[in-house]
Amino acid sequence: MDWSFMERFAPLYVQAAGLTLRIGSLGIALSLGVGLLCCLARYYRVPGLRQISRAYIELARNTPLLVQLFFLYFGLPKIGIKLSGEACAVIGLAFLGGAYMAESLRSGLEAVDRSQREAGECLGLTRAQNLRYVILPQALATAVPSLCANVIFLLKETSVFSAVALADLMYVAKDLIGMYYKTDEALTMLVCAYLVILLPISILFTLLERRLRYAGFGAGRAV
Amino acid sequence: MAEYLLEAQHLRKAFEDKTVLQDVSLGVRRGEVVVIGPSGCGKSTLLRCLNGLESVDGGEILLEGQIISGQKKNLHLIRQRVGMVFQSYDLFPHMDVLGNLVLGPTRALKRPSKEVETEAMAALARVGLADSAHVLPRQLSGGQKQRVALVRAMLMHPEVLLLDEITAALDPEMVREVLDVVLELARSGMTMVIVTHEMRFAEAVADRVVFLENGLVVEESVPAQFFHQPHTQRAQQFLASFCYDSVRDGKNMQNTKEAN
Repeated sequence: MDWSFMERFAPLYVQAAGLTLRIGSLGIALSLGVGLLCCLARYYRVPGLRQISRAYIELARNTPLLVQLFFLYFGLPKIGIKLSGEACAVIGLAFLGGAYMAESLRSGLEAVDRSQREAGECLGLTRAQNLRYVILPQALATAVPSLCANVIFLLKETSVFSAVALADLMYVAKDLIGMYYKTDEALTMLVCAYLVILLPISILFTLLERRLRYAGFGAGRAV
Repeated sequence: MAEYLLEAQHLRKAFEDKTVLQDVSLGVRRGEVVVIGPSGCGKSTLLRCLNGLESVDGGEILLEGQIISGQKKNLHLIRQRVGMVFQSYDLFPHMDVLGNLVLGPTRALKRPSKEVETEAMAALARVGLADSAHVLPRQLSGGQKQRVALVRAMLMHPEVLLLDEITAALDPEMVREVLDVVLELARSGMTMVIVTHEMRFAEAVADRVVFLENGLVVEESVPAQFFHQPHTQRAQQFLASFCYDSVRDGKNMQNTKEAN
């Protein structure tokens, strides 16, 4: 191992990690929004929107992110829509992630007992109030493990961003290998960089999950 | 003012091709306690139709003379006036007891939370649960949960309260503590429609008993008559199917009521 090489190029990785995190978190936040809209359309059986969201989910999760990025980056300019690499990356990630988030959130929503919804209705809550105070908190608590898996999955998917000329972690590593042939060093740093980013997130979600584990989940102290 | 606070006229309801309510008419006056039972299906469906949880396939439901069935918009405004408590309590598991109690009044009615909390604490104390304000529902016994559910419904100050077999899931010794709360409500003049299997309780609390079978009202009479000289053969059969003890206890109860 060439430690001095690693030391020299570490700042490049830090910079790239910043980009990965920035675009990743933006894309993931958007995907959560898209996912929420889609799963609500299905949960409340909104005519029209419900079918659209189904079709979208199947389209988005059955095509690779790389193909979606190529479509955005090289395809759209042909019809006059030119997006920057970063915009493509964010949109692509939100497009792909939205489908996964929608399904995870839907599993959470479906897990909330119908009688909970009815109890909220019987209290005279509006549909929005019922969703916000009664249904969503319980649905999110159930969905946290699979939402967490999605977040990690999507952050790893950022490794294809180099395809649209973004200097993400993968790009830096390939670049260094190409220029200096320091394959071992570059790849070791790449692995470490991903672990440094993802492990804390994983731990954070575990804590969150434990905190939300109220109610019917786990062993209750029923009298 | 309409004669009935809550009225069902020729209600019809079917699930796919199974008719649950054929032709049910029922009127509830202000301050009256109507017990529906004791046998046959369709009772819960009737209650659920009354506050719009189920749509109806025919007939009408009127609240203070206004037709509320078939209405899609602003159902929540009707439900603020028609409270309901279920067999399965359905407390919100992610909120403590106080949170459960104040949610409706603060969000649906937009009342200030300080005021609602004070009222909720007083109501909790009245049902003997003053210490439980900050525990989660899962830490309560069934009887305690159901008392909280009753308080939760009452804090909305509904005009009529629908109780759907609220003691059916409880251990026998917990039934009492819940029914005591309902009796207290009845004494305070609360209008209620109750579906129950507790025949002695029905006799003690009801102003009128409605006997449903096969989606039709078979018999409707005051408890004294229903439990002792039912008109219809079906009701007679039903009462005879109860064990001797419980029928005799019912009579004793009648006696103590007269003694008072």
